[in-house]
Amino acid sequence: MRTLRFLLQKEFRQIFRNRAIVTLIFVMPVMQFLVMPLAADYEVRNINLAVVDNDHSPYSQKLISKVIASGYFKLTGYNDSYKDAFKLIEADKADLILEIPHGFERNLIREDKQKLFLAVNAINGTKANLGGAYLGSIIGDFNADIRMQLVQQPRFSQFPVIEIVASNWFNPVLNYKVFIVPGILAILVTMIGGFLAALNIVKEKEIGTIEQINVTPIKKHIFILGKLIPFWVLANIVFTIGLILARLIYGIVPIGSLLVLYIFIAIYLLTVLGFGLLVSTFCDTQQQAMFIMFFFMMIFILLGGLFTSIDSMPDWAKLITRFNPVRYMIEVMRMVILKGSGFRDILPHLAAVSAMAVFLNGWAVLNYKKTN
Amino acid sequence: MEAIRVNHITKTYNEGKVKAVDDVSFSVGKGELFGLIGPDGAGKTSIFRMLTTLLLPDKGTATVDGFDVVKDFRQIRNSVGYMPGKFSLYQDLTIEENLNFFATVFDTTVEQNYHLIKDIYVQIEPFKKRRAGKLSGGMKQKLALCCALIHKPTTLFLDEPTTGVDPVSRKEFWEMLRRLKEQGITIMVSTPYMDEASLCDRIALIQGGKILSVDTPDNIVNTYPDRLYAIKANEMYLLLKTLESYPDTSNSYAFGEYAHATFKNNDVSELDNYLSSKGLSGIEIKDIEATIEDSFIRLLH
Repeated sequence: MRTLRFLLQKEFRQIFRNRAIVTLIFVMPVMQFLVMPLAADYEVRNINLAVVDNDHSPYSQKLISKVIASGYFKLTGYNDSYKDAFKLIEADKADLILEIPHGFERNLIREDKQKLFLAVNAINGTKANLGGAYLGSIIGDFNADIRMQLVQQPRFSQFPVIEIVASNWFNPVLNYKVFIVPGILAILVTMIGGFLAALNIVKEKEIGTIEQINVTPIKKHIFILGKLIPFWVLANIVFTIGLILARLIYGIVPIGSLLVLYIFIAIYLLTVLGFGLLVSTFCDTQQQAMFIMFFFMMIFILLGGLFTSIDSMPDWAKLITRFNPVRYMIEVMRMVILKGSGFRDILPHLAAVSAMAVFLNGWAVLNYKKTN
Repeated sequence: MEAIRVNHITKTYNEGKVKAVDDVSFSVGKGELFGLIGPDGAGKTSIFRMLTTLLLPDKGTATVDGFDVVKDFRQIRNSVGYMPGKFSLYQDLTIEENLNFFATVFDTTVEQNYHLIKDIYVQIEPFKKRRAGKLSGGMKQKLALCCALIHKPTTLFLDEPTTGVDPVSRKEFWEMLRRLKEQGITIMVSTPYMDEASLCDRIALIQGGKILSVDTPDNIVNTYPDRLYAIKANEMYLLLKTLESYPDTSNSYAFGEYAHATFKNNDVSELDNYLSSKGLSGIEIKDIEATIEDSFIRLLH
């Protein structure tokens, strides 16, 4: 125990003497936390729209102003021909072209029928999809308005109509930040814990200090504990800072119990740190460790359900996410913070993460050799 | 009892392609100052790492204090001190912190074994609040020695402790080793410097993973079989060339400002004339005592 205490003392001393690391641990997450949720936004806004108005009628003007008034579109071109408008797409100045045909108003009134042409630049799939859909629904709305004005409605609808009204639970106004902030906090804690743990042992290898440690009677598990505990504590501090910031800046107050959250974090961090340690036992230089960590972090984040829903992934990807600790962390964060899930609800997650913690740490201890 | 015993130990790297240590055997008595002398890449560090349980031998056995380096590695780690060739203390901890840390790791305190390191520690004590990374080469060396000694090891392994250290510090360092030896600690030290060999009780000359000779420095020098001559002339390069072509030469090589050479029949009476006939002048031929380096060079041939 005395040895462990001194190991910890030494480790903390080294961490706090390394100014750059302390800055990285505390300032970087805060900065990311301030910037990321504001920037990483799913809502597509500022879609550049080029309009080719061949009609120049009050109705076409009405349609255009209705589209712009929605707030999603920016009119970047008002052209006379489709060719001109297409040049804007080629120059990346427009994402969508709306072509209003000649005689739009006349045909609409006389023949009750008109066609519009919509061309979408599909290089950015999300933007194209959403932009097309937004514009479609705005035009549909416009159409309904006109019908209301022009057509005498019969007293009862001739066709049965079911109106669907959705009520959004847990995030009533579909605020994207509410959804993304707990996820980003999960990623930050993972990065801090995982990277620091991985790089730390490798650093000892690189400088050669591990050589000196290896000839001492220090027990393997004591040495590994001495490496785990400091980063466990630091990651918990970062998590706490994140929770406070989420409350102060984004007004997100966990609905569920903090205790449940911290119990999960405690176990989850063991998994992440164990993974970092395991990586470090395979690497000889910090460069190698960094690359391997980056590789896995990419997978963890992209297959973690931070940005894309796991439910819509193909089956093989879903299977991979079952072995992704970050996935459980993000889920639990959202469950507890947004939905107010209790301890019983997160038990399956806790079990999965605990199993991974035992597996990864066990492997790391076995793989850390004092002798070559 | 012997402090260190090495029996036919072999270590290869790259799946057997590189033989770092090739069937090496020797033993070191208790309280002896034993030197492993050889050029870079001779296999010195591999031997050290095997004896300090950091590396497993492919073949052969070795014991330290009677403990097997493979089976009883725990006991060995408790009782030996190791100072690797590369400075490997925590550069971001101070002198004092490093020393305390290593004392604790061995479950002892600095006070308990202060008498062992006192002579060395007083020299670096004024800087005890300085971080190890900011120390000069000589001071780093002293700190590393203190840290290797703080748990009162029975055997001390020093891998090239004087490489990259200035001549004055080197001399001081060997003084310290002498004093440690007087305290009964067995010391095994490696060095590429031949002049340091004579400061050891016994030395092993090693080259290409093989031991060439194990003996006291005096015996190694005294058993030099031939008469050795130091020869000087106005042109070194021509002199060496001429010596090589001289029919009676058995061995010749450059040695500082002289060329050292041995001859068949130990006869040099004709040499002066021969050298002059080849256009050399200022010729000087001396009969000299062999040094360790001469013995080493002879063993290499």
